[in-house]
Amino acid sequence: MTRRTLVLALMTTLAVPALDACHRSKPEPEAAPAATTTTVDMSAAQRRADSVAAADAARRRADSLAALRNAGADAERARVEALQTLAQKVYFDYDKDALRDDVRAVLDAKAAVLAANPAVTLVVTGHTDERGTAEYNLALGQRRAAQVKRYLVSKGISETRMATQSMGDSQPAVQGTDEAAYQQNRRAEFEAMNTAGALMRPRS
Amino acid sequence: MIRRALLALAVLAAPLSAQDTTRGVRIGLTYDAGTRPGVVVLPSRGVGADSLRAILQRDLGFGDRVNVIDLDAAAADAINRGANSWPILARLGAAASVQVTPTPTGLHLAVYDVAKQVTALVRDFPAPPMTDARGWRAAVHGLADELEESLTGTRGVARTRVLFERNKRIWLVDSDGEQIVAVSGGTGIHGSPAWHPGGSMIAYSSINPWQIVVQDLVSGGTRTIAGGTGVFISPVFTPDGASIVYAHGVDDGVDIFTIPTAGGTGRRLSVGRGSDNTSPTFSPDGRRIAFMSGRAGHPEIYTMDADGTNVDLLTPLEFGENAYRASPDWSPDGRVVAFRSGNGSLAQVLTINLRDRSLKQLTSEGANEDPSWAPDGRHLVFVSSRSGSKQLWVLDTETGRTRQLTRGAAVRNPAWSPRLPQN
Repeated sequence: MTRRTLVLALMTTLAVPALDACHRSKPEPEAAPAATTTTVDMSAAQRRADSVAAADAARRRADSLAALRNAGADAERARVEALQTLAQKVYFDYDKDALRDDVRAVLDAKAAVLAANPAVTLVVTGHTDERGTAEYNLALGQRRAAQVKRYLVSKGISETRMATQSMGDSQPAVQGTDEAAYQQNRRAEFEAMNTAGALMRPRS
Repeated sequence: MIRRALLALAVLAAPLSAQDTTRGVRIGLTYDAGTRPGVVVLPSRGVGADSLRAILQRDLGFGDRVNVIDLDAAAADAINRGANSWPILARLGAAASVQVTPTPTGLHLAVYDVAKQVTALVRDFPAPPMTDARGWRAAVHGLADELEESLTGTRGVARTRVLFERNKRIWLVDSDGEQIVAVSGGTGIHGSPAWHPGGSMIAYSSINPWQIVVQDLVSGGTRTIAGGTGVFISPVFTPDGASIVYAHGVDDGVDIFTIPTAGGTGRRLSVGRGSDNTSPTFSPDGRRIAFMSGRAGHPEIYTMDADGTNVDLLTPLEFGENAYRASPDWSPDGRVVAFRSGNGSLAQVLTINLRDRSLKQLTSEGANEDPSWAPDGRHLVFVSSRSGSKQLWVLDTETGRTRQLTRGAAVRNPAWSPRLPQN
């Protein structure tokens, strides 16, 4: 007797009284011994079929759970991608607020995410390198943030969803007094708000 | 007789000012025209006498109007032994000698005219005890300023202080580089400090939160005068102290606004049409404002009437030039505007004459910016990198002499106080 047969036999032994108990209120006619033997054989076949069905169901449930998990992971991936796109910094040339081509591409991606997620709002913060006067740099940082906002508005994003501010040169991204450091510091940064819910991928 | 005449003059001058009884008095010293009068500060006895003499000598030296003559050891010894000091002082080239002695209630000043061999001026100054270092030093600086006026006819600027930015806070330093103290606290990054003409109140800008803050220097209490979305930059008091003029903007450029010091609603003065307009500075009569504007696509210094009309380009705009002009400060005599000109960090301090627009470059060593005039209209404090980091330096615009005012962590945006009241 294989272990599977034993298990089925045990299940049969246990299952019959249980089944019987279910129908206690509705007495069944007494079965003949021969018929009983037949019934036992039939039950074994049925049990095998049931067993296969149960295994299938379990597999389907597992597949379904995996699918759900995959869907969750995909939603999370979409969320991470959206947040990364929204947070990506953009950079400026010295003493300029004009948007370079590479910046426009980054902003186009942000605009798409914002369009797909109408609840999300954005704070744009302009920064400058340390050269120039503090007051000039504060104004320049504000101009850079405003240029970014203007561009996103031109891409269909409501201006009420964006706020601008300037830190001037007070918060350098990196320390240093060479052009490489200065370029890292001439930037606009982005803080996305209202991102607690699901974030959709942009429609392609 | 001469002494009596001078003292009588001092008494006559007294009603001119209730606070400064010797104001306007000048001792008629004899010295070569075109030179600075030589002055010996004599040693004296008493608690703090040596500190007193050292501060006084430094103040007179920093004033750049008299030549402070060192008393060599032999001369000092001879005078101490009771020798006739007149020939000794004359040999040293002194036009005057000065002696300040600590008294129980303050400081006793005696000024001697060496050529005439007479006592030219005697006066007592109230001063707090030396344990009140700030008040005592302020009293000594005040004495130095009156002494300078007596000797040269022009009041000194020793009893003044300079506001500046360091590590995101506003700080104060005395005109001689002593008594450095942090002024502003709380949240935000603070900058662009400015003095109320009375000298007991300041204004400054704050980043995050973005606002203009007024602070009482006596009580330390602060008040937000304007604030909200966008930048709030470069506040300055009107010469009568009744209003604050500042720069503000959100998404359509930065313009210059005015608001009552007592509080109210900001009213726009400049019409920048999307450009940046910042850093206002008033003419001494309060009728004109110089400011920085990028309206021509390139930051330059402009002037306008106090109501925002009659805008005029002040600094020459050179097409295609990468340098820009910023940080104007109108001189107290009204004749010139100091500003910085340069490309990025390679800036220098210049003045432009309001009458003929002639330019004068005042600095050349290192990078130099953020000029602010002393109330004498002769000295300027500015930020220079010449020592390796950005520090405050003082320039005498007449002799070109410079001295370093601060050391340590980098600083920016100095604002020289008006002459400060007695307390």
